[in-house]
Amino acid sequence: MSDHEYTPKSKAGKWFNDRLPLLTLANHLTDYPTPKNLNYWWTFGGILTFCLITQIITGLTLAMHYIAHADMAFDSVEHIMRDVNYGWLIRYIHANGASMFFLAVYIHIFRSLFYGSYKAPREIIWIIGIVIYLLMMAAAFMGYVLPWGQMSFWGATVITNLFSAIPLVGEGIVTWLWGGYSVDNPTLTRFFTLHYLIPFLILGLVVLHIWALHVPGNNNPIGIDVKKPSKDTVPFHPYIVIKDGFALLMFMIVFAFFVFYTPNILGHADNYIEANPLVTPAHIVPEWYLLPFYAILRSVPDKLLGVIAMLSAIFILAALPWLDTSKIRSAVFRPLYKQFYWILVADVLVLGYMGAMPAEGLYLLIARVATAYYFLHFLVILPVLGFKEKTLPIPLSITEPVLGGTPNLAAAKNKESFKA
Amino acid sequence: MSEKKPKRREFLFTATYAIGVVGAGVVAWPLIDQMNPDASVKALASTEVDLSSVKPGNTITIMWRGKPVFIRRRTPDEIAEARAVNVKELIDPESDEERVKNPEWLVMIGVCTHLGCVPLNDKGDYNGWFCPCHGSHYDISGRIRKGPAPTNMEIPKYEFVNANTIKIG
Amino acid sequence: MKNLLRILLVFIFTLNTNNLSSAEKIEYLETDWSFKGLFGKFDRSALQRGYQVYTEVCSSCHSMKYLSYRNLAEKGGPEFSEEEAKAIAASFEVKDGPNADGDMFFRPGKLSDKFIMPYENVEAAKAANGGAYPPDMSVLIKARSGGADYIYSLLLGYEDPPIGVNLDDGVYYNKYMYGNQIKMSSPLTDGIVEYSDGTEASIQQMSKDVTTFLMWAAEPHLEARHQMGFKAIVYLIILTTLVYFSMKKIWSRIETEV
Repeated sequence: MSDHEYTPKSKAGKWFNDRLPLLTLANHLTDYPTPKNLNYWWTFGGILTFCLITQIITGLTLAMHYIAHADMAFDSVEHIMRDVNYGWLIRYIHANGASMFFLAVYIHIFRSLFYGSYKAPREIIWIIGIVIYLLMMAAAFMGYVLPWGQMSFWGATVITNLFSAIPLVGEGIVTWLWGGYSVDNPTLTRFFTLHYLIPFLILGLVVLHIWALHVPGNNNPIGIDVKKPSKDTVPFHPYIVIKDGFALLMFMIVFAFFVFYTPNILGHADNYIEANPLVTPAHIVPEWYLLPFYAILRSVPDKLLGVIAMLSAIFILAALPWLDTSKIRSAVFRPLYKQFYWILVADVLVLGYMGAMPAEGLYLLIARVATAYYFLHFLVILPVLGFKEKTLPIPLSITEPVLGGTPNLAAAKNKESFKA
Repeated sequence: MSEKKPKRREFLFTATYAIGVVGAGVVAWPLIDQMNPDASVKALASTEVDLSSVKPGNTITIMWRGKPVFIRRRTPDEIAEARAVNVKELIDPESDEERVKNPEWLVMIGVCTHLGCVPLNDKGDYNGWFCPCHGSHYDISGRIRKGPAPTNMEIPKYEFVNANTIKIG
Repeated sequence: MKNLLRILLVFIFTLNTNNLSSAEKIEYLETDWSFKGLFGKFDRSALQRGYQVYTEVCSSCHSMKYLSYRNLAEKGGPEFSEEEAKAIAASFEVKDGPNADGDMFFRPGKLSDKFIMPYENVEAAKAANGGAYPPDMSVLIKARSGGADYIYSLLLGYEDPPIGVNLDDGVYYNKYMYGNQIKMSSPLTDGIVEYSDGTEASIQQMSKDVTTFLMWAAEPHLEARHQMGFKAIVYLIILTTLVYFSMKKIWSRIETEV
């Protein structure tokens, strides 16, 4: 919050604000000092907020027409697509919106990894972010079940069966999740309930995420602490608002292209076949955003260990602030880390690709190597790098390079920093 | 005074705002319109009813657009009664001739115009219908005579396809 | 701006991996679909002819349970006139009821009726077709990964089995079918329908027409979607440009480049 105490100008405003300081909050949000060197990778927080709100609004309207019943779910989706006024538009926005949401969240996460945004004093922001990401995956998975197509049904079967890997109680847990002896109507209705609930949990966590962000303030491409407010910062409004808005519009153009011209490209054709418990589709593939984890799951030959590996791949991120021992945040000043960062990006993309391929032969081998490297990166490379790496000198401020002789500073200011 | 520059800047901002607001408004429409009756509901807007089995003095109730429609085959006495009323004294002045196409058949939406309950047949002080919710009395032409309802029971759009069949809607 | 280009690059990469994952190795026959592309629209007469092929040929085995006769007159579809659509509907006997005696009865179809089903249920359909269920055709195009190209190719893909391939009775060889074995015999022969608009009913022509019809059936709002999409994207580009210049103006107040 800014140094000065805010007092509303009007009498009524003051009266209200003394009782509920909403105006103080609004003033804090508009004046919030933001580092002025934030690049476009920082606009994805705003884009993600847009994605969440879009999903909630389209989801609410779809829920007015959708019927959560095994016999009627598929029909009701077709009813939405054919008869409901603009139903096709709303459903395509919601379905493609999920993919857009994940696209944005992956960029957001990898931005944080590059610039060390997860490091002290921002560990809590990071951990809340991981919880949001987990909830997003749960919501996306359950949402994909709702149309009750073949992929819905078999995806639900496969994912819920993961829990059967738990020793002793596994089978009992799976039966409990299903509410029966297979994925069926009780499973569908509870998934619908949870799919409806989770976005609001995410919304609450987003508020905490932003709250926790506003305590230390934003990290920035140089990764140094910024005095605020100062010459290094600009007020959130209008500078960051307009910049976020510009990036959001660019994002929306891509989004619109998917919705209007290739609305089904990110989905799977089999999901337009109604669920049939007697026939499994030839290839079961999760949605693209879950593929890297799917590859990790399949690369471990043991059922229980596979599940553990997959879950660890996500939970290991929560320990990242302590696994990364480097004092320097931004990869701009960490020449070695920068290289390992890009190897990790490539590794995750390879995992994603392998997740879409059949788990056999060379594909399986590559997936195993990539899985091993994924864990190696977090468990070995990062902790060691913090001690061994010779980092570049960092400037003391964004505007005034007090520490002379930093050849990389100019580069950092010109935003060439993201070049590998 | 160098007023030119700020003015141009203001125009740019105003244009941006205006176009943005228009866009947001357009986006709101599909979200609102999705709650209107959908194409399958609109397609069911008319229904045909066979009247051959209705005896004089009886009322049948059929479903149309999710609401009850009363179809009464009135006796000559009832028609005479409906037509003897002094229209000027009514709460909602309307003659019986205006309310029927064929005096023998009274076709009306069986929903009380007060708060939407379904009135009871052959009840009330006027030999017509009586709404149990808040005590509105309707006569044998479905006109409000006593009670809180403001208007007569509504007549749907209908036509006689032949002597024994009507099409409602 | 450079960074935005990179965002797009990352994006295209993700798209590519997805394409690769779903790409089939088979090359389908290609034809010039009028509904492809940013301004793609259906060819009305192809839709009307396609409907004729569906009713006269396909509909004896394949249902289309999500379509109603009213759809035939709707905008963006075959656009039969209201009277024509009513006449089409009335030419079918629709099961209704129960009546006052509790019996089901048949009556001429109305616009609000769904397309009549060739079989009472899935089991009956299987029993009549040698154990294979003729899939419902309402969303068939979207339910096959090759889409319209796949259906078109399938209809034209019947040929004699290669030497060494033995087929059971009631199984046919089709080079585009998954596994090359299909339980539907080649449904089309030259001149099996007689087009009222004088178009020659060749197998190619009928395949194209009926596939176009199925595409519309699966995606009845395709034309509205394309039109709205164009407007939406033009609007977004205009607004993005305005916001871009506004942003430049605002950031010019401070030294930092945006």
